[in-house]
Amino acid sequence: MESLSPQTLPLWTRPFAAVGRRAIRWVNHLGAVAIFFILATLKVVHPKQLAKIAYQIYEIGARSVPIILLVGLFTGMVLGLQTYHALVTVGAQGALGTLVALSLVRELGPVLTAIMITARAGSAITAEIGIQRISEQIDALDTMHIDPLRYLISPRIVAAVISFPILTALFDLIGIIGGYFSGVVLMGANAGAYIYRVQASMELKDVTDGFIKAVVFAIIVTAVCCYQGYFAHTREDSRGAKAVGLSTTAAVVISCVLILVADYIVTSLLI
Amino acid sequence: METPLIEFQDVTKSFGPRTVLDRVNLRIHAGQVTTIIGLSGAGKSVLLKHIIGLLKPDSGRIIFQGRPLDEMTVSERKSSLAQISYMFQDNALFDSLSVYDNIALPLRETTNLSRSEIDRRVTARVEQMELADAVNKYPSELSGGMQKRAALARALVTDPRIVLFDEPTSGQDPIRKNAILGMIAQYQRRIGFTAILVSHEIPDVYFISNRILALYDRTVVFQGTPAELEDFDHPFLDDIIRSLEGLHGELTDPFARTRFAMAHQELEKKKTGKDIHALPAENHHG
Repeated sequence: MESLSPQTLPLWTRPFAAVGRRAIRWVNHLGAVAIFFILATLKVVHPKQLAKIAYQIYEIGARSVPIILLVGLFTGMVLGLQTYHALVTVGAQGALGTLVALSLVRELGPVLTAIMITARAGSAITAEIGIQRISEQIDALDTMHIDPLRYLISPRIVAAVISFPILTALFDLIGIIGGYFSGVVLMGANAGAYIYRVQASMELKDVTDGFIKAVVFAIIVTAVCCYQGYFAHTREDSRGAKAVGLSTTAAVVISCVLILVADYIVTSLLI
Repeated sequence: METPLIEFQDVTKSFGPRTVLDRVNLRIHAGQVTTIIGLSGAGKSVLLKHIIGLLKPDSGRIIFQGRPLDEMTVSERKSSLAQISYMFQDNALFDSLSVYDNIALPLRETTNLSRSEIDRRVTARVEQMELADAVNKYPSELSGGMQKRAALARALVTDPRIVLFDEPTSGQDPIRKNAILGMIAQYQRRIGFTAILVSHEIPDVYFISNRILALYDRTVVFQGTPAELEDFDHPFLDDIIRSLEGLHGELTDPFARTRFAMAHQELEKKKTGKDIHALPAENHHG
């Protein structure tokens, strides 16, 4: 049988073959990211990890608080404004609190928080680890018999899993306050109805589902960003500083796409 | 015959189409200072990275204390490589850590020493390397020479049994260069560790080297004592030795050369039991 190589394939099939090769490469990468994540997670438990985890919680979590507050506030305000205008047309402005709270807690809170942390901390993780890779700092860890996965990756995974739900809760809270400000203070909706609806319509499951999503996104973001930095030197399209730059861009884009894909999958499983 | 500490058997390594090491055979003996010399880009650093396990050969074997590395279990391999410390050519210091934290890092992460004991050991290395003014600075705030000394301090702080030095004296002024080579020689004599150096400072390293390995045209073309290298008839000499002989007088001051010649003679006397004081120092470094 004649072997199948790109040269022997009919001309019209080549675009499909190229798409297929790209898809296989993507699946390979996803598998490699999963293995990388599992290996790093296995090294979480170690007596010398606590200080590094605390430092990463500061880097990933505490330093993201201002941007989360800002984005959360304006997201809630826009949501309050748009929802109020839509509800007024059907005379149901009393449901403002329900819509703002549920939209934020179930969907917008976890997703936007994850995307904002990706942009702020995820990109920094990839760039830092990438530079450590190309300047042989990771090789130096190996020669000092310090496991790079334990030293560099595990603390970031734990810190992200702790930080993402807390930042999501903060985003939800400030978003609900933003919705109150635009809907009640600026547009004149009933304050008591807004607060009552927020309390009455939200169940514990809504909050826990939001937290489950936050943890899933934390795993995705740290796995992708750390992986892209750790293997920046193996890129085929560039070397050195340019490779770190491209890896950082790839980490942010892939993380954001995977966050949205995972959001749909997790929502369909939880609903 | 004594089993070599490290032995390469037909080690070949290529990066894409470029073969860097081609059937390299070499032997490194315990307790000696072995220096690998060769032209820039000859694969000296690649060779060192095979010893520390950062690179694996495409073919051939690396034998550590009589056992091939590729036949060892993961834990055996780990404990073998744990005896080795490596000083990178470009230092590889953590740029987000201070000099003190860089030097303390291997002690903090791989031992259970108390904070005061770690401080004592780090301070001793800092003083030895004349880095006292730089301990709280970041590597990017230091000169190339100071970064080199910080990397050297980090490589030695765990008191390793085998130390690989990749260009330990490049970027140093002549006095500090002599001091570093002197420290390696003294340290090696006191503790008896095995030192493997990659160096371009050819006349200087002769004073502290027991053996020289010459890497040329992707393979090892010479293994022997510095004195034996003088009689070695090979194009390698044309390319390296003769060109460096022109720089001979500029590289070290006469006092330091005499000091190192004496240190080398002492070392030889201790190892062989023979008094070589009668030999003129020039015989050892050409």
